[in-house]
Amino acid sequence: MNYPESYRYTKEHEWVSLTGDIATIGITFHAQEELGDIVYVDLPKPGAQLETGKSLGSVESVKAVSDIYAPLAGEVLEVNELLATAPEKLNEDPHGDAWLVKVRVGDSSEFNNLLSASDYQTYVGAES
Amino acid sequence: MTTAPLKRTPLNEVHRASGAKMVDFGGWDMPVQYSGLVDEHLTVRNAVGLFDVSHMGEIEIRGPEAAKLADYVTTNAVAKLKHGQAQYSGLLYEHGGFVDDILVHKVADDSFFICVNASNQEKDFEHIVANNHFECEVEFASEKYAQIAIQGPKALETAQQLTETPLAPIRYYWFTDGIFAGVPARIARTGYTGEDGFEVYVAPDDAVAVWKAILEAGKSAGIKPCGLGARNTLRLESKMALYGHEIGASISPLEADLAWIVKFDKGAFIGRDALLKQKENGLTRKLVGFEMRGRGIGRDGYEVLLAGSPAGWVTSGSPAPFLNKNLGLCYLPLAHAKAGEKIEIVVRNQPVEAETVPTPFYKRPQ
Repeated sequence: MNYPESYRYTKEHEWVSLTGDIATIGITFHAQEELGDIVYVDLPKPGAQLETGKSLGSVESVKAVSDIYAPLAGEVLEVNELLATAPEKLNEDPHGDAWLVKVRVGDSSEFNNLLSASDYQTYVGAES
Repeated sequence: MTTAPLKRTPLNEVHRASGAKMVDFGGWDMPVQYSGLVDEHLTVRNAVGLFDVSHMGEIEIRGPEAAKLADYVTTNAVAKLKHGQAQYSGLLYEHGGFVDDILVHKVADDSFFICVNASNQEKDFEHIVANNHFECEVEFASEKYAQIAIQGPKALETAQQLTETPLAPIRYYWFTDGIFAGVPARIARTGYTGEDGFEVYVAPDDAVAVWKAILEAGKSAGIKPCGLGARNTLRLESKMALYGHEIGASISPLEADLAWIVKFDKGAFIGRDALLKQKENGLTRKLVGFEMRGRGIGRDGYEVLLAGSPAGWVTSGSPAPFLNKNLGLCYLPLAHAKAGEKIEIVVRNQPVEAETVPTPFYKRPQ
């Protein structure tokens, strides 16, 4: 699987891409693979404040429900409406069309402290 | 703390080489998923799926009084079984709770073959041995068998290609011994999916060859290997109990809606007195099916509310891939353990509307 080099990753299996001070957050290919067939995605509303490391929502598959943790702090600007009607997109394109939220980031150094694509893949490889 | 190494079935290497997702299932390294849970589930409902269930245990009872022991330790009527017939039954404690739920196969008048749950097999064996006051011997036979389940509407045409034994005449919950894929096998028309199908018992050394032969034979029918994830959703749609969920040491067969496996008129059996008392006094709770009405999935262990107050718990709950609904089973006070009750399931601290419904949720077309 291709883990984009420009993204940063967390050990909780979220990814972040940053353009200016706008971060896009999603879950990784590995995360959706572990969860299996996804049936519900619960996301915050625009305007919500995310706190680093706190739950921002959840993803539920046939097998189980998992929290999604905020990789960085900021204000939710936009939520991916596609996932309300087509949660299975998260299995199909987790690093692209099935992003979860867009956030205005307060402190962009938080982004740089996250894992690189190669560090994340090493971590995932070691975990499984 | 040290962790015991996971136990492996003879098919472990095959699963790993095929890219199955493996999990620790009660101390066994088992495939939870191959192509995907929903895909596997639908394959079993529409075509045919293949499961490695070699982790299941086997216990054999042999001797002149084998039937007496089997009848004494189980709830269903062993004496009524004919040669080649299998029977779903309960192994109970004196207090009426489950030691395990099991399948009793009558091989001969003096020989019974019992299939038991993987994580209960040692306990079951000890329980039966401790109650063996009869002229017969009890053997822990799990090491002698691998078990492979072929399940789905195309199971018959798939399995028939591998044996000269005519399989169509074998009725549901009957079995025969024969040569299957070139090796000696016990071929039972049983399963845990709600579909037609077979559970084939072979020697562990033969398991890999048999597995590969079935996959080859089922190719045109669209066979797929399936994991324990699909096995669980399939059995839930068909309302088949799972030990540790619907049944357990503190739950009786009457509470679990399994009165049909309790034969009071057959004479003494372990747990009979407790069940009779429970029947006379009336049950306080009973298993009932539910369907989510609100957005959410009631999962195992979640609390059930009646008129806003805690009233029971979910034993199993999941999206049902074939029926395309969010279903589950739960315990409720007897008066409410019937279809048509408005309930709420507490899903992650949020009460979500649900309604009790008739079961089984799914019944295969005859």
